Amino acid sequence: MHQLTLAEIARALADKQFSSEELTRSLLARIQQLDPQLNSFITMTEELALNQAKAADARRAAGENGALLGAPIGHKDLFCTQDVLTSCASKILTGFKAPYNATVVEKLATAGSVTLGKLNMDEFAMGSANESSHYGAVKNPWDLTRVPGGSSGGSAAAVAARLLPAATGTDTGGSIRQPAALTNLTGIKPTYGRVSRWGMIAYASSLDQGGPLARTAEDCALMLQAMAGFDAKDSTSVDQPVDDYLAALTQPLAGLRIGLPKEYFGAGLDARIGEKVMAVVDELKKLGATVKEISLPNMQHAIPAYYVIAPAEASSNLSRFDGVRFGYRCENPVNLEDLYKRSRGEGFGAEVKRRIMVGTYALSAGYYDAYYLKAQKIRRLIKNDFVAAFNDVDVILGPTTPNLAWKLGEKNNDPVAAYLEDIYTITANLAGIPGLSMPAGFVDGLPVGVQLLAPYFQEGRLLNVAHQYQQVTDWHTQAPTGF
Amino acid sequence: MALERSDVEKIADLARLGLNEADIPGTTETLNNILGLIDQMQAVNTDGIEPLAHPLEATQRLRADQVTERNQRDAYQAIAPAVENGLYLVPQVIE
Amino acid sequence: MQWETVIGLEIHAQLSTQSKIFSASAITFGAEPNTQASLIDLGMPGTLPVLNAEAVRMACKFGLAIDAEIAGTNIFARKNYFYPDLPKGYQTSQMDHPIVGKGFLDITLEDGSQKRIGITRAHLEEDAGKSLHEDFHGMSGIDLNRAGTPLLEIVSEPDIRSAKEAVAYVKAIHALVRYLSICDGNMAEGSLRCDCNVSVRPKGQAEFGTRAEIKNVNSFRFIEKAINHEVQRQIELIEDGGKVVQETRLYDPNKDQTRSMRSKEEANDYRYFPCPDLLPVVIEQSFLDEVRATLPELPVEKRARFESEFGLSAYDADVLAASRELADYFEAVNAVCGDAKLAANWVMGELSSLLNKDNLDIEQSPVSAEQLGGMILRIKDNTISGKIAKMVFEAMANGEGSADQVIEAKGLKQVTDSGAIEAMLDDVLAANAEQVEQYRASDEAKRGKMFGFFVGQAMKASKGKANPGQVNQLLKQKLEG
Repeated sequence: MHQLTLAEIARALADKQFSSEELTRSLLARIQQLDPQLNSFITMTEELALNQAKAADARRAAGENGALLGAPIGHKDLFCTQDVLTSCASKILTGFKAPYNATVVEKLATAGSVTLGKLNMDEFAMGSANESSHYGAVKNPWDLTRVPGGSSGGSAAAVAARLLPAATGTDTGGSIRQPAALTNLTGIKPTYGRVSRWGMIAYASSLDQGGPLARTAEDCALMLQAMAGFDAKDSTSVDQPVDDYLAALTQPLAGLRIGLPKEYFGAGLDARIGEKVMAVVDELKKLGATVKEISLPNMQHAIPAYYVIAPAEASSNLSRFDGVRFGYRCENPVNLEDLYKRSRGEGFGAEVKRRIMVGTYALSAGYYDAYYLKAQKIRRLIKNDFVAAFNDVDVILGPTTPNLAWKLGEKNNDPVAAYLEDIYTITANLAGIPGLSMPAGFVDGLPVGVQLLAPYFQEGRLLNVAHQYQQVTDWHTQAPTGF
Repeated sequence: MALERSDVEKIADLARLGLNEADIPGTTETLNNILGLIDQMQAVNTDGIEPLAHPLEATQRLRADQVTERNQRDAYQAIAPAVENGLYLVPQVIE
Repeated sequence: MQWETVIGLEIHAQLSTQSKIFSASAITFGAEPNTQASLIDLGMPGTLPVLNAEAVRMACKFGLAIDAEIAGTNIFARKNYFYPDLPKGYQTSQMDHPIVGKGFLDITLEDGSQKRIGITRAHLEEDAGKSLHEDFHGMSGIDLNRAGTPLLEIVSEPDIRSAKEAVAYVKAIHALVRYLSICDGNMAEGSLRCDCNVSVRPKGQAEFGTRAEIKNVNSFRFIEKAINHEVQRQIELIEDGGKVVQETRLYDPNKDQTRSMRSKEEANDYRYFPCPDLLPVVIEQSFLDEVRATLPELPVEKRARFESEFGLSAYDADVLAASRELADYFEAVNAVCGDAKLAANWVMGELSSLLNKDNLDIEQSPVSAEQLGGMILRIKDNTISGKIAKMVFEAMANGEGSADQVIEAKGLKQVTDSGAIEAMLDDVLAANAEQVEQYRASDEAKRGKMFGFFVGQAMKASKGKANPGQVNQLLKQKLEG
């Protein structure tokens, strides 16, 4: 049962091959058995899962048959789940049982999904390796000595190890796409504003987007269909009808114009990954696509701009974690200042504190223009690059990451080295365009991902291309040994 | 633009982050590395470019002026570290 | 050394919307702690703000009323600092792009002259919660009911030159926000809060001196006292060779002094940046036109009209236009009796005394405008004298009915029949024959003084009902032969 995709599960449940409750119990047992190797879960929600599974079975018996009815999933642990610990993988949210559900959680629950647990992540979504979690690092099921990517590392590891068919993640600088690439999954970051941020604990408000990780584009389409949509509670949510992503999957690719940015293939990219990318291009050409070289001239400036904007917004977003109304409070604070400094000093991990300080500095008096404002200007340049490129091409294709999954601990002492891993993914967040990563093969037994980018609200296009590619290849069907 | 120890202390103070004495030199060095990365921005010519705050450049929607929230103090305070008589307790605030 | 005082005021007006600025919680005053604090108001992780349309409308109303520039787009910014009554660790306010730009307000000074006070800007922001320091064994208790209440912060230019001018300005703002129905102006409850920026400089100096800010002064009286005290303090300090420090001070009404606030933050770096959870707010011209159409006649316009249409003095016009309710009452009285001057006198005189004595607002007046107007009609048509009218007024205030009903019931009709008056006067003179002789024997000056005696006797004899004018005329005739 654990090998089945969401789409296959939907068919099996409809055919009454098994019940949602049986499937849920099976996966709960599997998780208990195998997750100690991965550490992908922070909290298991057995009781909730069984209740939801039984309810789904009842709805099915009453005649309902939605694509996600009875589907087991997990939520990245920054989606608020009512009365369940929502930790953002941080000590500072110890004991925080969220008093409400995130919109994403509500929508998926309404569609009948079954939540098996809350998934590990980099603390407050700040990281590319899932090594900064208060609950310990997550291991890559493809090689337990390596990182699964981050910040949605737990989501990726759990799905890649077939502990779940799908999971929610969030992507601020690549945190869905990059772990998907490192664990042989398909993951999509929708257009900014496509998925509601209500209840999705904020890292960088103008960059964060929620999205699914799964083993196929089809599964991502099923998840995204339920997750997407206008939410009046989120002022940045876009009031635009949600496309039929399933229908979009089957469009033939004849005439698709693909752009390959020349800036992607410079020094810094593992040449073997570059080869895999070109192999994908060849396949897509066989399916009728054409390819041309394009330029994204300001791409190189994306990382510095991101590492001003994201920390700046985060430094403000994380000020509410102060030990007063929820979460961790230090022992015996002697005065207010002590309450704040020790609760936050003890509650936040090192990377989070670093980014808060960078952000605080960037916004501080005298530096705002040189840092924050400058970064916002570069942001516009990056957006302009994409707008110009999409005049000539329908999708932009390239590697998702410059390197394969690295060893645990390898980049710990050098945060900047880790930051540079985000080079391909970050621009999509800055511009707000949708981006997808799909499996494209293996190097030394480690997965390689290829990224597709599209204009605003063309998630359907991305899922379409990935799905068509997955009809003629089978990278995405491979499972890691032992899982 | 290199940060000194005193700068780091000021920033940590602004952000109310208690830093261990022992960590300050390491933190200073790491922050300077990050700032080195960020400073690469200065080489970019952005004359005449408008800052982009929101990627889709949409505008704010307005909400009708209605009260739809009801009192849920008990539920919300169940997760609070310290409350008494419905108030959140903190070390004394002196004005 | 001649000193000049320079004052700028920042007034925070709590907008009288139904719900908070970014959440749908109620803002009723006096609720049990934290019963009007939603997830958003508590700054719970994952929550997001959505802007209240009515707050925008009210701010625009204010902007139009002070003739201000209202930009096509305004932007909310985060003001970052740590304080327990500020749950998110930042206040959502407006910095570089406030909703209301430069405007002005004309105020009437004590001598009746007008002065124009510039208003730099007005912007929307959310209020913080409250800290309670009653004994929680060394702790403070935080109530976040108020957190998220919409505020309009109105910043004046440093155009004010005395404590009295400052009070006049605050009163004018107070009246205006009540006229516009955007704020109830209740300073005791904190609906209108005033921070005073005060500095002094040698007369003739162009540069401003260093200013101190006196925070949260919550009554007109205290504003005057606090400013006067602060000016004195600064002058003495400088004359003693010291320097004024830019700081925040609190006015203590019990001691009538300002004292430095124990600094909440030393060097306050608020790190303002546009709030990424909110988008730029667009104000279309069509929206402004709609709002403008809902503006009532403003205090300035009303004052001018009272002067020109009703011939009232600037002072009287100012008093009557001070509140919309009072102005409406006055006009209603006038509509009944058609005599603006009498109406003004009675409203500003007897009626005001009555209201003050019982601590009532005009809306609670026991005498309605119709009643008062009706009474004034009876004065005008000589049914009663001015003096008797006071009795009628008291009776009406006691709930005894309309003027006509009271006059009828108490038989207060003025006697105007000359025959009756003459008869009464003959009796009075007969009863006071000695005084009559003395009068006839005295000179002009002495006669003047004695005349009053006879008038008094006549009034007594007629129980006040004789028409005074006629009494005077006939008495004079009779006395002088």
